[in-house]
Amino acid sequence: MNSALTIPAFGPMLPEILMAAGVLALVLFGAFRGERPGYGMSIIALALLAVTFVAVLMLPSERVETMGGSFVVDGFAKFMKALTLLGSAGGIILSLDYMRREGIYRFEYPILIVLSTIGMMMVISANDLIALYLGLELLSLSSYVIAAFDRDNVRSTEAGLKYFVLGALSSGMLLYGASLVYGFTGSVSFPVIATVLQGDVGIGAIVGLVFIAAGIAFKISAVPFHMWTPDVYEGSPTPVTAFFAAAPKMAGMAMATRVFIDAFPGILVQWQQIIVFISIASMALGSFAAIGQRNLKRLMAYSSIGNVGYALIGLAAGTPDGVQGVAIYMAIYLAMTLGTFAIILAMRRGNVMFESIDDLSGLSRTHPALAFCLAMMMFSLAGIPPLAGFFAKFYVFAAAIQANLVTLAVIGVVTSVIGAYYYLRIVKVMYFDEPVERFERMSPGVTFVLMVSSAVVLLFWLVPAPIVNAAGAAARSLF
Amino acid sequence: MTVTAAFFYLFATITIASGFMVIASRNPVQSVLFLILAFVNAAGLFLMMGAEFLAMILVIVYVGAVAVLFLFVVMMLDVDFAALRQGFLQYLPIGGLIGVIFLLELILVVGAYAIDPGLVRSPAVPIPAPDVMTNTEALGQVLYTRYFYFFQAAGLILLVAMIGAIVLTLRERVGVRRQDISKQNARTQETAVEVRKVPFRQGI
Repeated sequence: MNSALTIPAFGPMLPEILMAAGVLALVLFGAFRGERPGYGMSIIALALLAVTFVAVLMLPSERVETMGGSFVVDGFAKFMKALTLLGSAGGIILSLDYMRREGIYRFEYPILIVLSTIGMMMVISANDLIALYLGLELLSLSSYVIAAFDRDNVRSTEAGLKYFVLGALSSGMLLYGASLVYGFTGSVSFPVIATVLQGDVGIGAIVGLVFIAAGIAFKISAVPFHMWTPDVYEGSPTPVTAFFAAAPKMAGMAMATRVFIDAFPGILVQWQQIIVFISIASMALGSFAAIGQRNLKRLMAYSSIGNVGYALIGLAAGTPDGVQGVAIYMAIYLAMTLGTFAIILAMRRGNVMFESIDDLSGLSRTHPALAFCLAMMMFSLAGIPPLAGFFAKFYVFAAAIQANLVTLAVIGVVTSVIGAYYYLRIVKVMYFDEPVERFERMSPGVTFVLMVSSAVVLLFWLVPAPIVNAAGAAARSLF
Repeated sequence: MTVTAAFFYLFATITIASGFMVIASRNPVQSVLFLILAFVNAAGLFLMMGAEFLAMILVIVYVGAVAVLFLFVVMMLDVDFAALRQGFLQYLPIGGLIGVIFLLELILVVGAYAIDPGLVRSPAVPIPAPDVMTNTEALGQVLYTRYFYFFQAAGLILLVAMIGAIVLTLRERVGVRRQDISKQNARTQETAVEVRKVPFRQGI
């Protein structure tokens, strides 16, 4: 072996390097500065995310591999990384006021969010199984800690513990599957796995694929690996729940898409069955189980399970159109979920946060603007035109029909009609029930997130081109 | 050759036997001790394969740190293992079913296993012969070059573990009297000693 080394290209990794260097500086800064009031750390973390966002946009759009082929940057990675960064920024902005007023602010919160975002970006760019697993662990470990961030609260610690135990189990399944795939293909690299697994492959690699799919399904909280979602979403502090529902979902869907499309294109028929099953089960559970919920955070947990099911329809198609559908769906879902959580965070009177649907009673008379925004979010989540949620569903259903998955598309439409019931019930409670007391004024950060996401949801049909074209370019770069 | 085979069977038998005893023994302390025995014998197996770095790491990290930590936890926590086993019969049918399914899967998978000679010929990084370079040196060569990215990522994960432990457990205690040497040294006679006139027969 010659010891003359070729130094890998660091250019494509610039966003990750920036974030990692920035987070180390943040840790030192926070440790020496100690606990102080003020938004200093969060503002620096937001600036770091903004700089990284610019760096992501400046990445080349054609496919570049570096680090010995472990790290890949292409149009798809750029698009999903941009969405992830927006989701993480949302998680920090929504926490600004909340953490202080609940008395649980510590300077590690923005640091952990940034660390978790590095994990997500590594997952999105992973081009082999080791890089995928390391990124996933970085993402998950930070998530377990921030789920239990309100450490004196029983429900928050329970959420953290539950997430940790089940997450460790799912990581184990993913590793087991990865080891089987490695054993039967002789490589951990996605392109090599793709060339080896062509035509008639043995049962071993498929068993490995099933285990990898189980690990991924846990991370995106798809049925039958969704059990943790309602409890973790309900128990975690609300800005953390918003973060969980936004950023890791982007990374998880990107990971699913890259693994299945890049590493297993030769055995599409085998994994298509898995994705179709997961998708149908998630959509059905997301619509039926949410009907009985009175707690908004639990409701949003079931809603996110259902939404993952719809996004997976695009992946099940396995075509460029399908992947474009997934990318558009995730972009619009990001806006809808951040907007809804901004409204949940606005439900505060004095030092009490309200989380129940009944607390929204008569909101149209006490807070007309807030009620209008929430109604738009709910109509959009239910998929009613001309709001953004309709187009999100339209693209994935159209891709499924083109790929001859008509049954799947029909089931998707039926479950979205059933799901419309509980979304519209919230609108009914706000507009037709007797008003209760007013909530407090919203904090500026929450208002900002709500305004941006409402604008996206309301005005998407006027100017859909930027998102649709970017998603199309992202999808084509995978094929 | 016969000596090698004899040592292999010695290490392998003890590893499997002590692995079985880990789950079979009633006393948890004995379980952990059997676990240590299994680790040491596995290290012997590694050594025979020429992977001396892995063997040493197994002894230092797993036996020296992890297993001893286990031992401490088992001894310090008062876990009633009889109570933990109470639901055993209740869960046996479903657990046994899952176990049988896993066993069948394993048999199916291993039965289908056929090593493609084309795969063995092309390892990701060629393994140098033992007389050219020691095992440890070869690992170091790729760990900081080819696998540099993974090494850094693992470092970040450990950083998260450290920050997480601090976030979840560190508590600022109030009212604790800590020694502050600079404060002690900064005291002068005026601040430290108070001279009072005590009136006769009255006290302070």
